Amino acid sequence: METKLQKDARPDTMLLNMGPSHPAMHGTFRIMLELEGEKILNAEVDIGYLHRGFEKTCENRTYFNLLPYVDRLNYVSPLINNLGYAMTMEKLLGVRVPERAQQIRVLMSELTRISDHLTCLGAMAMENGAFSVFLYMMKAREYLWDVVEFTTGSRMLTSYIRIGGVRADLHEGWQSSVRTAVRETRRALRDVAGLLDKNQIFLNRTRGIGSISKEDAISHGWTGPCLRSAGVSYDVRKAHPYLIYDRLEFEVPLGEQGDNYDRYSVRMREMEQSLRLCEQTSGLIPDSKPRVKADEIEPTEALRLGRLQKPPQRIRLSPNLEGSEADVYPRILTGDAPVVVPPKEDTYTTMEGLISHFLFFMDGYGIRPPKGDVYFSVEGGNGEVGFYIVSDGTDRPYRLHVRAPCFHVLSALEQLVRGRFVADVIPTFGSMNMIGGELDR
Amino acid sequence: MEKEDLIEEIRARFSAGIESYAESLGDQVLVVRRENLLALMSGLRAAPFDYAVLLDATCVDFLASENRFEMVYHLFSLSRNRRLRIKTSLPGGNPVVDSLSGLWKNADWLEREVFDMFGVGFIGHPDLRRLLMYEEFEGHPLRKDYPWRKEQPLIPLKD
Repeated sequence: METKLQKDARPDTMLLNMGPSHPAMHGTFRIMLELEGEKILNAEVDIGYLHRGFEKTCENRTYFNLLPYVDRLNYVSPLINNLGYAMTMEKLLGVRVPERAQQIRVLMSELTRISDHLTCLGAMAMENGAFSVFLYMMKAREYLWDVVEFTTGSRMLTSYIRIGGVRADLHEGWQSSVRTAVRETRRALRDVAGLLDKNQIFLNRTRGIGSISKEDAISHGWTGPCLRSAGVSYDVRKAHPYLIYDRLEFEVPLGEQGDNYDRYSVRMREMEQSLRLCEQTSGLIPDSKPRVKADEIEPTEALRLGRLQKPPQRIRLSPNLEGSEADVYPRILTGDAPVVVPPKEDTYTTMEGLISHFLFFMDGYGIRPPKGDVYFSVEGGNGEVGFYIVSDGTDRPYRLHVRAPCFHVLSALEQLVRGRFVADVIPTFGSMNMIGGELDR
Repeated sequence: MEKEDLIEEIRARFSAGIESYAESLGDQVLVVRRENLLALMSGLRAAPFDYAVLLDATCVDFLASENRFEMVYHLFSLSRNRRLRIKTSLPGGNPVVDSLSGLWKNADWLEREVFDMFGVGFIGHPDLRRLLMYEEFEGHPLRKDYPWRKEQPLIPLKD
């Protein structure tokens, strides 16, 4: 079928498809350009290539089971998505989260925010020809992901932040890995700033290109670094403080013109603030005592001994469950049953534990919030990540809708590239940080 | 952080269009009649209420009820740091409502998505067509009577 752009196109112009698979576009997305020579007269954005029915799927999954799907919305900062979903559910359920879990959540979301910005800027610089910037940033990201991997067990799609807290306590020696990550990221940021900030080629492609006015940015529903690059100071962490953000010190960097360079520079300065936040929270989180593994007993042994009375020894768990032992639970997970998975020690060794485990996972049981609807949002890498959940009192959401920040940002792309050159699409698109997973859902 | 609450003034000024007001889990929720939606929204966008940002717009399908579809809008006021949820019910037989694309630019895409997923029509929308699904797709996938596992491949799937 002919689209509006095709119908309205002048006969002497050229129509050009950029995408859906284009080497300079990190994501599957198509933009149709009406060109007069190099100049873009009109543009039409076509999205939906990565649509996988996220919202429909969630309606058919229990509240606990749909958590891994949430990771895959913004796969560059999955922990913030987890956080947004978990906190929306906590608001609906009226659950309070232990202090240590809140601190860990802040640490984790700041680490992923940095990795989100690093990925965005690295890709943007690479598409403009600055490949070394990409390498420096990917290297720094590895240090950040080391911290995430040691604690959560996986690098990207972690499903670590759970309704009611976090899955496991921080790993042993987390402080030194956080310090390394902060130090290496600072170094990478300094190198990148040296390469790009006064680089004439980079400036030519970003200064004054893709600029948006304050009013337009607001009207397009922009949030996050893109909105702040236009000079509007709105950050969910400051406007509606959640977790322990109101007790932490950080600034909200602003841009002036809302062009590609400002979006770059706001993200660069924001990473520095996130590093500050990482340092502050890791100063707040008390170190836990290392575990003595020697006198732990196997679950079968515990079952045998437990016929008469509960054995005093601790029970050995699979290394996958490191950090989520029963005695850690009060520090990282809420005590309000049945919101969290019952401790595995109980499940393996007692009848009651097994029953409560089944009650948590069985169809029609588990987490059943009261009837009603709720909206909650957190500051994601791209802006305000909001969840709107309608509950009908069962164990599955009646409706779950995600407010994806880059959906709103990208809706302005047509306007930003109109009247510019084809080459300007690349830095403009790059600075917007389009993430197919959350855009198309 | 939170600045003055103008909810009483909103209720007084738009009393004709407002069906009910409630607070749910700390969120302010206005239920309005669909005929009054556009007037109310343009009033809310202007001073002194200043809800300048349309955070989100979506729809919920209540298959069993008479007013099957419910449009849900989230507004945000930057100057007063307040959020407001606005709901309006649409009948299942003729689910149409005024488009907000004249007020907010992102309403264009948001409404196209709702049209795509729920088949709700928007009066006054400049270019109402599917956003995420392809043109040849039949039905509206987020409606409750659309089967979850149904597949409509454009080219036949290989075994």
